Amino acid sequence: MLHYTMRRILAMIPVLFIVSVIVFMIVHLTPGNPAFLILGEDSSPEAVEQLEQQLGLDQPKVIQYFDWLKNIFIGDLGQSIYSEESVTQIISERIGPTFSLMIISILLTLIIAIPIAIFIVWKRNTFLDPLFLSGSLLGTSIPEFWLALLLVLGFGVSIPIFPVAGYIPLTDGFLSWIHHLLLPSIVLAAVEVGLIARMLRDSMLESVNQDYTKTARGKGVKERKVLMKHVFSNALIPTTTVVGVTIAGLLGGTVIIETIFTIPGIGQLLIDSIHRRDYPVIQGVILFIAFIYVLINLLVDLLYAFLDPRIRYD
Amino acid sequence: MLEVKNLKAHIDTADGVVKAVDGVSFTIKPGETVGIVGESGSGKSVLAHSIMQLNPKPPTFYPEGEILFEGKNLLQLKEKELQNIRGNEIAMVYQDPMSSLNPVFKIGDQLMEAILTHQHMPKSKAKMRAIELLTDVGIPDPEKRLNAYPHQFSGGMRQRVLIAIALACNPKILIADEPTTALDVTIQAQILELMKSIQDKYGTAIVLISHDLGVIAQMAEKVLVMYSGRIVEKGSVEDIFYHTSMPYTWSLLRSLPQIDAESRHRLFNIEGQPPNLIHPPNGCNFHPRCPFATEQCKMVDPELTKRSANHYAACLLSEVEFKEGKKRIENAEKEGGLKHV
Repeated sequence: MLHYTMRRILAMIPVLFIVSVIVFMIVHLTPGNPAFLILGEDSSPEAVEQLEQQLGLDQPKVIQYFDWLKNIFIGDLGQSIYSEESVTQIISERIGPTFSLMIISILLTLIIAIPIAIFIVWKRNTFLDPLFLSGSLLGTSIPEFWLALLLVLGFGVSIPIFPVAGYIPLTDGFLSWIHHLLLPSIVLAAVEVGLIARMLRDSMLESVNQDYTKTARGKGVKERKVLMKHVFSNALIPTTTVVGVTIAGLLGGTVIIETIFTIPGIGQLLIDSIHRRDYPVIQGVILFIAFIYVLINLLVDLLYAFLDPRIRYD
Repeated sequence: MLEVKNLKAHIDTADGVVKAVDGVSFTIKPGETVGIVGESGSGKSVLAHSIMQLNPKPPTFYPEGEILFEGKNLLQLKEKELQNIRGNEIAMVYQDPMSSLNPVFKIGDQLMEAILTHQHMPKSKAKMRAIELLTDVGIPDPEKRLNAYPHQFSGGMRQRVLIAIALACNPKILIADEPTTALDVTIQAQILELMKSIQDKYGTAIVLISHDLGVIAQMAEKVLVMYSGRIVEKGSVEDIFYHTSMPYTWSLLRSLPQIDAESRHRLFNIEGQPPNLIHPPNGCNFHPRCPFATEQCKMVDPELTKRSANHYAACLLSEVEFKEGKKRIENAEKEGGLKHV
């Protein structure tokens, strides 16, 4: 188990290295001179040159990259060109809303998807199954922005029971926190429920006719327990992968949702920074998202080992 | 104790209804071993699963027949009543030990589940019983092995665990569906030996399903030969092996490899494929593959008829006709050298 964990953690290093190179290249190879942007269109060439020197932009790209990388290790992602605050500081201020949104929506997704999948497998030979299949397809096909606008119109404007925008931190009270986040979380969950419930149903149906399920039934175990214990615990293994990818994908999904609901999270920060050509912030945010992505994958791998003894004892 | 009467188990498929078991009758008495032999696809496993009522319903359905266990018709019991019988009074050992244990639970959990499903006792007592069972089936160091996972066991050891699970509640009938097919020969002998010793110890009746006539000869007292969902011959081991009265059984026996030098002919095989169970042939189901088939066999479907005290066979040939036919074939074979029927 320790061996497995170490291997997984070591495997993160090359991934993060490649990510850092790509992030650096995307930003530095796109046209547009930040010095120009900072100083304005009609600045003198001397001033631009001086600022470039100051920002290190006159150095060769390779040196710039290693400088940047070196600073990352001491937690310094640079300074925003726009607000002159440190990028680390800016990101840490924006983490709260995004993580809140992710946690609530993934909990919502699991609370809805798991019982649905189990119920559908329980009633697998009825008309409910094809109904579920088309329902889940419909769910995953709905565009987030459209559903978001529809919900805002329905529950924010026509029946104003939810706020249509804004964010209240958890420290200001649990109820108002969740009140502000429920609508955007529902939008994010709606798209993922179909996918995860479908995945769980498929894996459960695969497990339902396995020999070990037959053994359990042959012991006289109740069908309900067969499904909940023997089938579910095996179906959970492949489903975990999808849940992991989904959680990571939520980071991207929040970009749109945060914009619609004006939630001051990472997604909105990214959009704003792109508009401002605020390179250090863009780099920092993308690197941060990639890091979270890799971290979630690590957690999924570790969860795998927890769920599957064959991996744990390998 | 168990009486199967004219049982039919049919399976609904997209191509039509598969008559997997089509009118099978037999009885099992306490402590006896009944062997069921037949080719793959002859309906052996469906029959076994019918007794357990473990065939998925749908697509399986039972249009006719009864399975009487201690006076109760298993086909009419509610799921809950069946759960009380499964694993408790009738238990099963499965064909593939590699996949029949749940990979994510410890052996101990799976064994104790079998115990606690039917017997109310504290967990500590169930654990004692589990250790006892593992000792019974010959697993060394049982206390430690309770905490192991299935993938840490070999195939033979897993089959022992599955037998322990089946024995958890001292069932009256143990159904073994090809229990040794997936195991290598030395382990096969050990598992059969184990089943025999358990039968001696607890007086369990065993239904042994196999396509291996050697295994059946070694274990069973009574033998049922199945072909295309029906019993085509039944009787004692002696009846079946020494007084064979049905061409299919005869062909099966001949397809066994012989060790003695005299009969060193090419390995015999039964030509053709088992019949389509959706549209079985007219007349006798075996006639398209039967070397003795007459015109009559294509028209008339034979019923099981009495040959001696407990020996029944479903064949239109008279004893004399069958004997002559066998001689004819054996002579033809000698002349034709290696050529087989």
